[in-house]
Amino acid sequence: MTAPKIKKHLRLLIFSAVGMFGFGFALVPLYDVFCDITGLNGKDYSRESSVPMTTVDESRTVKVEFVTYLNKQLPWQFKPEINSIELHPGERYQVSFMAVNQSDQDTFGRAVPSISPGYGAQYLVKTECFCFQEQMLAANEEATMPLIFYIDPNIPADISTLTLAYTLFKNEPNADLAMNQKK
Amino acid sequence: MSDIKIKDNAEQMINSTSDLHHADPHQGAEHHGAPKGYKRWLFSTNHKDIGSLYLWFSLTMFFIGGAMAMIIRAELFQPGLQLVEPNFFNQMTTSHGLIMVFGAVMPAFVGLANWMLPLMIGAPDMALPRMNNWSFWILPFAFSLLLLSLFTEGGGPNFGWTFYPPLSTKYSPDSTAMFVFSVHLMGISSIMGAINVIVTILNMRAPGMTMMKMPMFVWTWLITAFLLIAVMPVLAGAVTMILTDKYFGTSFFDAAGGGDPVLFQHIFWFFGHPEVYIMILPSFGIISAIIPTFARKQLFGYHSMVYATASIAILSFTVWAHHMFTVGLPLAAELFFMYCTMLISVPTGVKIFNWVSTLWRGSITFEVPMLFSLAFIVLFTIGGFSGLMLAITPADFQYHDTYFVVAHFHYVLVTGAVFSIMAAAYYWLPKWTGYMFNERLGKWHFWCSLISVNILFFPMHFLGLAGMPRRIPDYALQFADINKIVSIGGFMFGLSQLLFVAVVIMAVRGGQKAPAKPWEGAEGLEWTVPSPAPYHTFDTPPEVK
Repeated sequence: MTAPKIKKHLRLLIFSAVGMFGFGFALVPLYDVFCDITGLNGKDYSRESSVPMTTVDESRTVKVEFVTYLNKQLPWQFKPEINSIELHPGERYQVSFMAVNQSDQDTFGRAVPSISPGYGAQYLVKTECFCFQEQMLAANEEATMPLIFYIDPNIPADISTLTLAYTLFKNEPNADLAMNQKK
Repeated sequence: MSDIKIKDNAEQMINSTSDLHHADPHQGAEHHGAPKGYKRWLFSTNHKDIGSLYLWFSLTMFFIGGAMAMIIRAELFQPGLQLVEPNFFNQMTTSHGLIMVFGAVMPAFVGLANWMLPLMIGAPDMALPRMNNWSFWILPFAFSLLLLSLFTEGGGPNFGWTFYPPLSTKYSPDSTAMFVFSVHLMGISSIMGAINVIVTILNMRAPGMTMMKMPMFVWTWLITAFLLIAVMPVLAGAVTMILTDKYFGTSFFDAAGGGDPVLFQHIFWFFGHPEVYIMILPSFGIISAIIPTFARKQLFGYHSMVYATASIAILSFTVWAHHMFTVGLPLAAELFFMYCTMLISVPTGVKIFNWVSTLWRGSITFEVPMLFSLAFIVLFTIGGFSGLMLAITPADFQYHDTYFVVAHFHYVLVTGAVFSIMAAAYYWLPKWTGYMFNERLGKWHFWCSLISVNILFFPMHFLGLAGMPRRIPDYALQFADINKIVSIGGFMFGLSQLLFVAVVIMAVRGGQKAPAKPWEGAEGLEWTVPSPAPYHTFDTPPEVK
């Protein structure tokens, strides 16, 4: 038969299979990049951006609701001081979240934010948030965790309510470091 | 290095054929190229032997997976928990899916490809015979690993065949590593099989057999093989990520570590949707071979069939998120995937119309392979229509994860893929064994299967529309009557398949001698060699006009 051609095809096809295996893993960063560019997925991309605000749009208000969830493994209590607030776009606001460690051990936690509706996520801008860092509570310690944010005045008119949900996960002490390196 | 190996093989092949005369493999094994005993099978590089191995393996897996389905249907026969623990029930649904997809349907198609492709294109064997041996013999190990995991402490995989995290990571049994490695092995086996098919079709065609003269089965397999090479490695990547998430502390899919569980669904269905076309395109090839034979007409619209197959394959990469409409996709994505999904019905419709046009004014006779093919056309189309209903995003919010979905994919996979494999088995059985099968028993098998399969799957549509969720061991009382009917259909269908085994075993052991061309209207190179096909065929390539 045409042995050299067979060999060439074989090599090409094995190469494609290995390449597609790599592509499977490339989908992981590609997925984040894609969501970042398009603003899809409700991920919170305002993290660590702190552009100062100048104008406050007094003509309308947006309701911001605060929701908290606790991962089962974390023996904490975690609640916002208020459940919702009506704000003018551009207005800066500080809200506190109360956390209590109900166990007899020092525990680390990390809050992962999620904003719905997803396409409104980019208009909720946080200037300071406890979710930027890992939180540590000693045994039976109580803490007040602040969040400062404003609503971008460019927010589309059809969004009247934004829901900010925090899920608090148990964190291993070193996991945070590893995560920062990954980013 | 591989060059030398290929030459070695070619030399071996030439030596073994020049030394020995062609003979019937049944009496011929002693005087002839086929080694005796277990070595014939373990070390085989003969495409016909490996094809038979694949087909027997697939039949075995069909019954193991079928036994699991029987357990599922027995538990669902009435509401409440009767026979099995919920965790064991979950293991049954998971293993049933994995075994039927990777153990029954796919190896059956690879077996048919091994047997028929060289005969159809006039090649002496597959291009890479030793890899062929390897790709088969990996499979028993893969499935032993999967089945053994059911006997470990904590049980086997119980997270559904789609293994979504965190079910497959945080909440999965300790045996998950066995599941992951068995999927790796299945993937390696399919990739090697696919490489072999492509290299064979591109290089080993007889002189005069141009691409556009190839039988449809060859075309559909060529395109399927490209799909396999594109997506099986992605599946391997997905299970690898599950493995490292569960055992090595990575966070690909763990939100607490910065990952995203929805990402898994994207990766999985990027594999998963082309996978469902991997399981149906070769069926289209089989039906395109059988319908013209028994309608005694040429296949209508051969070129459009080729292009439709290629379009389906390309479109299959643009529809994956229709499996995830309810995860919270943005509106634009839901619309995009809805329209792309509906677009696929166009090339599929082209195929259905071509088969119907082939039948139009044909001199039709109703032998068993034809009966299965006609049932395929009707019932696969029903599965296609329920697929269109599921493609409508707002409707899918109601149908998602209900028995409607179960009904849909069983219509396309059982009355689609499995019926076409049965049709192929009946069609080529005389060529493989040299004997005609028992037509009467074959017809009994067909009619029992046809009636029971509809009792089994059709009422599932109603269960789904009424809101019965899938993958549950117990259900609300209002679903009791229909579930009873469905279970009875299931037991009937399971028992009917024993008739198939009887027909096959009887045909292997003897019967009326089959001529080289047992079907009057059949066309193609495979009918130019005697029945049963000699151990070595087309040592000198045939001339194709």
